Amino acid sequence: MSDASSPDASAGEPTEEAAAGTSTTGEPEATPLRVEGLEKRFGGITAVDGASFVVEEESLTGLIGPNGAGKSTTFNCITGIHRPDGGRVTFEGEDVTGLRPHAIANRGLVRTFQIARELDEMTVLENLMLAPRGQVGENLGYAVLPGLRDQVVEQETDLREAVWETLEFFEIDHLAGEYAGNLSGGQRKLLELARALMVEPDMLLLDEPFAGVNPTLEEKLLDRIHQLREEGLTFLLVEHDMDVIMENCEHIIVMHQGTVLAEGDADDIRSDERVIDAYLGGEV
Amino acid sequence: MSDRQLDVREAVDTVVERLGPVVERIFARDISMILVAMLGIYVLFTIFGFLLIPSDALVGGLANTLQRVTFLTAVYAMLVLALNLHWGYTGLFNIGVAGFMAVGVYTVAVLTNPTTASPPGLGVPMAFAATLPIDPGVAHFLGLLFSVLVGMLAAAVVGAIAAVPALRLRADYLAIVTVALSEIIRLSLLSTTLQEFTLPVAGVELGTGAGRGINLPTNPVRAIYYNDPTNTAAGLTPVGEAIFPAVDAVGINSTVVVGWTYTLFLILVVAGFYWLLVRIGNSPFGRILKAIREDEEVAQSLGKDTRVVKVKVFMVGCALMGLAGILWEGSKGFTDPTSTTFLPLQTFYVFIALIIGGAGSNTGSVLGGALFASLLFEGPTFVARIFSEYLELDTAPRTFAEAFGELFALDPTPMLAYGLENISALRFVLLGLLLIVLMQYRPEGLLGHRTEEAAAVDLRDRSPAAAADGGGGDE
Amino acid sequence: MGTADILASGRDLTVERPAAVLVGVLAALLALDFVAKIAGFELTVGSTHLLGGSLPIERLLTLVWDGLVMGLAIGLAGIGLSMTYSILSFANFSHGDLVTSGAFAGWAVTFLIAGLVSGQGDVGYLLSVGSGQGPTSADLAINVVSTPLAIVLGLVVAIAATIVLSLLIDRLVYEPMRGEGAISLLIASIGVALVLRYLIVFVFTGTNRGLTSGGGRLRVLGEEGRLVFEAVVNQPGQPREVLFSLGLPVVRFGDYTAELMNVTSNELTLVVIAVSLMAGLHVLLQRTKLGKSMRAMADNEDLARVTGIPTERVIRATWLIGGGLTGASGYLIALERGTLSFNLGWVLLLLIFAAVILGGIGSVYGAMAGGVVIGLANTVSLVWIPSSFTTAAAFAIMILMLLFKPEGLFGGVTTA
Repeated sequence: MSDASSPDASAGEPTEEAAAGTSTTGEPEATPLRVEGLEKRFGGITAVDGASFVVEEESLTGLIGPNGAGKSTTFNCITGIHRPDGGRVTFEGEDVTGLRPHAIANRGLVRTFQIARELDEMTVLENLMLAPRGQVGENLGYAVLPGLRDQVVEQETDLREAVWETLEFFEIDHLAGEYAGNLSGGQRKLLELARALMVEPDMLLLDEPFAGVNPTLEEKLLDRIHQLREEGLTFLLVEHDMDVIMENCEHIIVMHQGTVLAEGDADDIRSDERVIDAYLGGEV
Repeated sequence: MSDRQLDVREAVDTVVERLGPVVERIFARDISMILVAMLGIYVLFTIFGFLLIPSDALVGGLANTLQRVTFLTAVYAMLVLALNLHWGYTGLFNIGVAGFMAVGVYTVAVLTNPTTASPPGLGVPMAFAATLPIDPGVAHFLGLLFSVLVGMLAAAVVGAIAAVPALRLRADYLAIVTVALSEIIRLSLLSTTLQEFTLPVAGVELGTGAGRGINLPTNPVRAIYYNDPTNTAAGLTPVGEAIFPAVDAVGINSTVVVGWTYTLFLILVVAGFYWLLVRIGNSPFGRILKAIREDEEVAQSLGKDTRVVKVKVFMVGCALMGLAGILWEGSKGFTDPTSTTFLPLQTFYVFIALIIGGAGSNTGSVLGGALFASLLFEGPTFVARIFSEYLELDTAPRTFAEAFGELFALDPTPMLAYGLENISALRFVLLGLLLIVLMQYRPEGLLGHRTEEAAAVDLRDRSPAAAADGGGGDE
Repeated sequence: MGTADILASGRDLTVERPAAVLVGVLAALLALDFVAKIAGFELTVGSTHLLGGSLPIERLLTLVWDGLVMGLAIGLAGIGLSMTYSILSFANFSHGDLVTSGAFAGWAVTFLIAGLVSGQGDVGYLLSVGSGQGPTSADLAINVVSTPLAIVLGLVVAIAATIVLSLLIDRLVYEPMRGEGAISLLIASIGVALVLRYLIVFVFTGTNRGLTSGGGRLRVLGEEGRLVFEAVVNQPGQPREVLFSLGLPVVRFGDYTAELMNVTSNELTLVVIAVSLMAGLHVLLQRTKLGKSMRAMADNEDLARVTGIPTERVIRATWLIGGGLTGASGYLIALERGTLSFNLGWVLLLLIFAAVILGGIGSVYGAMAGGVVIGLANTVSLVWIPSSFTTAAAFAIMILMLLFKPEGLFGGVTTA
């Protein structure tokens, strides 16, 4: 796994290549995430077969499709867990194709996992304290050396405060000292989301974040997501709950058999014949 | 009260306020656990001593026995703490511990042996003494210190060489690679090809001594008591003259005194290891280690460069293992590749001690080391001797076959005698059984279930500005 | 492909997979040097030796034969380890001590029979394979030629005892832990290793005892150009007896006079039995229903469980077959070496792992082939490196394999 070389474009600034994207709003500059011709094969199976789409800045974009459409694989290719066999991923103007997961996360592109991957033998508090970027204490020297450690302690105290606030917002503060492995399915999902938010990303890829979460809390979380959008975050959301997608996402991308089948807003998608066929025709 | 008194009071209050929770949180409970355990072990071995040592040699014998037990405890504590960093915290299954110890020991040997010795070394302490403008004794010691540091560095470098390609392997493959590496190191040290050789650079002659072994520097602790550590005839220092006769009066001889002094020094080193590892563990860095153990991909997806972290932690652990090996083997004054310290079996002992104490807990590591060294390693031998003496059994049969024959004829005592006679082999059987039982019923050992949160502050303790509900203390 | 294309793809390969290219280049150089040595050709620049040298054909044949013998033994032992690794999903660190257990069990019986037949030694001494006072190995004169029955029975007992031992250990240690992680099982197996090894020390003592004395030899030699095959028998205290001496008619090799090969009857026994056992296993895997279940289960345990193949039975079969072969290998290794100590299997463990990894974990045929490769690597490497490094060289090969191609030479996790 080698780091892909990237043309030197500072994050957020438009580049000439951005104009080549299929943007429905026609504004090539405001595209935090651009996926072009993505391909991924596993042995004989082609999971992603030339997927291309763009996610607009500060949008809540939905990614839907029947099972096996290639949504999770696409997520994995974007976030560096898999190395794509072809195509390109551009984040905030920078080519991030094939970069390792931590490099991509550090650039502000964070994802949650469909099956919540909690760090079982760490407490909820530890799980959340792990997430934020730029922790000085992650450097061995700072963690150990007497003078430098004071800075670590200071930062840890601030982080702790932020963590407790997040726990209270997600209403799991009563679980703070529990091992993450002891949480129920829905609680794990919340932890997953809370942890991703603690990274303070620029863009979040959410893989079925609301499965197992009660409706009231789901409402509250969606409100928060909309609020975060106004603060500058972009969201790409995979969900099976059609209502959530239709009611919240202003742009929806439909994948089927590894490619993008259709794109548009809720009305467009609802009335698109191909989409209906894909879901009902159910080849997969 | 005067103003000055009030100021002092205030200052003391602040200090206590700041230090108190820290001490209480990190040290008080855990250290008292360790101290109580050591006390229990001392009491046990004192009882052993009373039962075995003739009364006229009692004090001297006890001093000797307790020194030996403490020494082994200290050395094992060091090794288990280092292994805990690799496996307990980060989930790196390193069973090449013995190999890294060997690298440390032999590097020190090669650096400190005089150029005229057989095999020849680099003679660093002598070079220091000859060139530095300070007291030759002090310079010699600095040279020794320098060599030890280089030995640790060498172990770290070998660790890095192994780590960079191998750390991405899954745990059991890493285990096989590390034990194979440990064996390659041992076999190379045993090889006659490296017994004595000449470096192409500057024609420097070096050697490992292969099977014949190599000298290690004289224990520097001796310099406290002897004017010339290598030659007792050169007389005693004032300290030596004060202490030796005094303890001799109660029956403790000078070797035991030197042994105890070295052991006390080792205890300080163990404290140092503990301090370092608690710092590493209770920090954001420590959180990444745990996350790597739990699910490395998740850590990466949160932006942590786990590859670099793993190499760093591997190197630190290997350096500590190298130091432990140096301090252990170094006390013997001489080493060779057949020493049990360098066999994979040694690594397994450290693992057993770690599992007993609880992987992931630093206090558990020290406790595991203490319990292993005393109860499982030294203990059985003492128990066997006590039984033999007090049961007044006849001479044990020389073979199992004979003892078994007697058992068949309904006389169990020869088998018992044979068992006691061969307690050292049975001790390993016991260790093996213990390992199996632990893995089946209590893989987390004594303290592994504790919630030792990896953070530089107490996570449960919210700052006063936030909600009143916070809860103090851990477990 | 045009030259330009070949060069371009070569360059790409070097960039993408430098390690593979490096290994390939090294292998090519070694092969070249090897051929040069056989041809007796040497390339020197000034006083620096660059390539080639001398490697007489007799030495090569000896190295190859020794490697083959060792390799077959390791391969035989490796089959059990490979099966355990794939079907029970953990690295069994007690495997070496199972080898030793088989050896001790079998040789206890062999000693007993040999002793009883020749009226020497008491039962206790014989059954503990010569611990304490009693007739020496020279007195007992155990070898394939003079005491074939003792050897055969010993082999059978070695196989049976190891099977029983494996099943017992599985019942007590591994069965309660089914479903635990691979590492927990690995650690438990280290515990088992300690128990086995030191029980053996307790019962049989830690001495290294001689087992065999005398025996036959098969020699292939050149006598002034004629190729002669000769069988010789050497019993202690008796003169050397030539059983037959056959010269090849017609064909002549100049006036070549030297001993080409010299193999002992013990070595031949090992080779013959190992090959037969492997052949038998092949038949079992390919032709029987059990064999098919084992192959299926190695590929995917969940699948096997779902499709109704009884996995506990397959696990028992694994221990049966694996254990049996392991016991046989222990007995044969002791036979070929002529000595036995409690460390026999433990010091071979890493080499056995190397064979299994080389061949691909879970692949029975891979284990056999891997064993032979490791055995040959261990001996043929003497052409280039000093003897104290040959084992290290074999370990290095294993490490490289794990780093670059962990699925082994024969790839995949299939039992066949």
